[in-house]
Amino acid sequence: MTPEDLNERAAAERARQQGFRERLHCCTAAGCLSCGAEELKRDLTAQVEARALSQQVEVQGTGCLGLCSRGPLVRRASDGAVFHELTPSEAGLLLQPGDAAAEAALAAKRLDTAHPFFAHQQRIVLENAGRVDPERLESYLAADGYSALARAVSELSRQEVLAELRASGLRGRGGAGYPTGVKWELVAKQPGTTKYIVCNADEGDPGAFMDRSVLEGDPHRVLEGMAIAGYAVGANQGYLYVRGEYALAIQRLQGAIRQAEREGLLGPRVLDSAFRFRVDIRIGAGAFVCGEETALIASIEGGRGEPRPRPPYPPEKGLWGQPTLINNVETFANIAPIIRHGGAWFAAIGTERSKGTKVFAVAGKTAHTGLVEVPMGTPLRTIVYEMAGGIADGGRVKAIQTGGPSGGCIPERLLDLPVDYESLVGAGSMMGSGGLIVMDEASCMVDVARYFMEFCRDESCGKCVPCRAGTVQMHQLLERFCAGQAGEHDLALLKELGTLLREASLCGLGQTAPNPVLSVLRYFPEELDQRLHHDAEAAAAAAATEPA
Amino acid sequence: MTQPPPSGRAPPATKDNRQKLFERAMSRQAYAGHALIEVLHTAQELFGHLTPELLREVALKLKLPPSRVLGVATFYNFFSLQPKAEHTAVVCLGTACYVAGAPQLVQALERRRCACAAADADKEAGPARLSVQSARCIGSCGLAPAVVLDGRILPRVSAAQLERELDKIGITA
Repeated sequence: MTPEDLNERAAAERARQQGFRERLHCCTAAGCLSCGAEELKRDLTAQVEARALSQQVEVQGTGCLGLCSRGPLVRRASDGAVFHELTPSEAGLLLQPGDAAAEAALAAKRLDTAHPFFAHQQRIVLENAGRVDPERLESYLAADGYSALARAVSELSRQEVLAELRASGLRGRGGAGYPTGVKWELVAKQPGTTKYIVCNADEGDPGAFMDRSVLEGDPHRVLEGMAIAGYAVGANQGYLYVRGEYALAIQRLQGAIRQAEREGLLGPRVLDSAFRFRVDIRIGAGAFVCGEETALIASIEGGRGEPRPRPPYPPEKGLWGQPTLINNVETFANIAPIIRHGGAWFAAIGTERSKGTKVFAVAGKTAHTGLVEVPMGTPLRTIVYEMAGGIADGGRVKAIQTGGPSGGCIPERLLDLPVDYESLVGAGSMMGSGGLIVMDEASCMVDVARYFMEFCRDESCGKCVPCRAGTVQMHQLLERFCAGQAGEHDLALLKELGTLLREASLCGLGQTAPNPVLSVLRYFPEELDQRLHHDAEAAAAAAATEPA
Repeated sequence: MTQPPPSGRAPPATKDNRQKLFERAMSRQAYAGHALIEVLHTAQELFGHLTPELLREVALKLKLPPSRVLGVATFYNFFSLQPKAEHTAVVCLGTACYVAGAPQLVQALERRRCACAAADADKEAGPARLSVQSARCIGSCGLAPAVVLDGRILPRVSAAQLERELDKIGITA
């Protein structure tokens, strides 16, 4: 396929879409699928056929519409209205346009798209979610798909692509926020012709599911981002390392790779240029530590997912000792829009040091849960109270947790913090991959800290002693706190071990494992103290009843 | 020795067939050592779990030390060296599910599993009826707490609902 063919195919698909009087997009992401979206879509398709409307109405699957707590969701393309929790008979009403009675009956199931949950979003990564059918390449092409790759390989030099990326100010969305442009240039500068692109889709943080939703809802976008990266840094082979738990994402990615190869969008001659690029999927086997880049490399090489000391960093010596560029799913999903609209456009969104948008998976005790994409700099308070609607039963927010087991909790009084890398780190948490769990007064912070420490203890790969033994010790101490058996010396030991793990562990897992505990010590010391006092009182009571 | 199936006919879905599929999967990877994880995935998919014989065969065919194969097979949570139970319940213990009460679901399932094991104690050995596992996060945080029962996600499930679902598949108390 040449770039001209690409334009023709996209135009043809757009014309085809406009030929329909109505297009109904059924969310077929994991959330809605488990609420019966597949059955709803099948039923709706059958109804369209039964009423002989297949020339006028198209029913298609699409990526995550965001508000997972109200699934299954259906979007009506003609006016953008989104309907929630539809039964098949209610969905049938969507096929009766202009029928006032049907419209009135549907009103109760219509989501208010002016609600802050939708209105405060700015969608770049998720721009196609709810619009594109993840299983049809044409659908992605009609939404300007692969036009950024076409522009890169036919109009831009490698240097120009790198310059656009640098100008965009994009930073890695996997957690630490390393400038993506700098990383790409590092790999591009390495001598040699064998280089690799790796997409980290081993999204392991509990409470984070935005990468899953991008992979399931818009798989071609990730492939396009990887191919542009390959072109810019001079790599011809990409690996997508996906969590084994994400069966649907794997299936859609495999389909997308096959389609792209068949149409010459990937393969020996990408869009009829001299650039060749191949993508292979590697399926993870359930090890959280494989989210760490050197452990991920070890796993792709077929070994135990154990990290190794850095430097050398992967841009110098990565997969099979060759220069390797590793970015995560959300980072790659940002690439195509940047090349399409230019780095300056992207840099105008967000704050001074954090550009663009961030997708958060909001879950926990809020009224609305699901995916939101907001510009960097949006206050956390806006996300928690306005967009997610606060606590479901009118209770009070106690804290939010970001960054999973590597992050920390942020108390309610600090919710005016803007979303950016530095602010969150300053508050003792981190951006992480974007899980945001809201907790109410009923949640015990010590128990949450114990939960995360148990997670790190189980997921420690066991290679370095501080992490292997330290997480076990810290977990035991937290168990003592939860059981009300801890003494002053336990508190001191907990702090000491926390510092030790942070300073002496080999990789990010161990270095950040104490964060949830340290943030409880920082913001909720009274909860730990209560346990101590309880213990002291109990001891005093026991002493009083003992015979002298 | 079993006879090879007559040519021109699709082999029946027997153990031999699985062996053939397994062999084909390895040859597709050109018996490369770095494809070990992929090969183990296929093996487990075909045979249900990884037996010592399978692991030895993989080591031989991929020209890897058996210790390396065992090391990888035991490192990853996904691989199982034990036979699967008839039914599997996976409780998501992600943060959202945890704060929404997933630990109570684990307790309910464990109670049921123990009751089953006790009821089956005097029967002859066979695979267990129910296996209870936990997942780190299945990425369905909007549906917390979630349980995956035999591959089907049960969204926002309570302990009582879960017990009714178990009744339906014959895992009774």
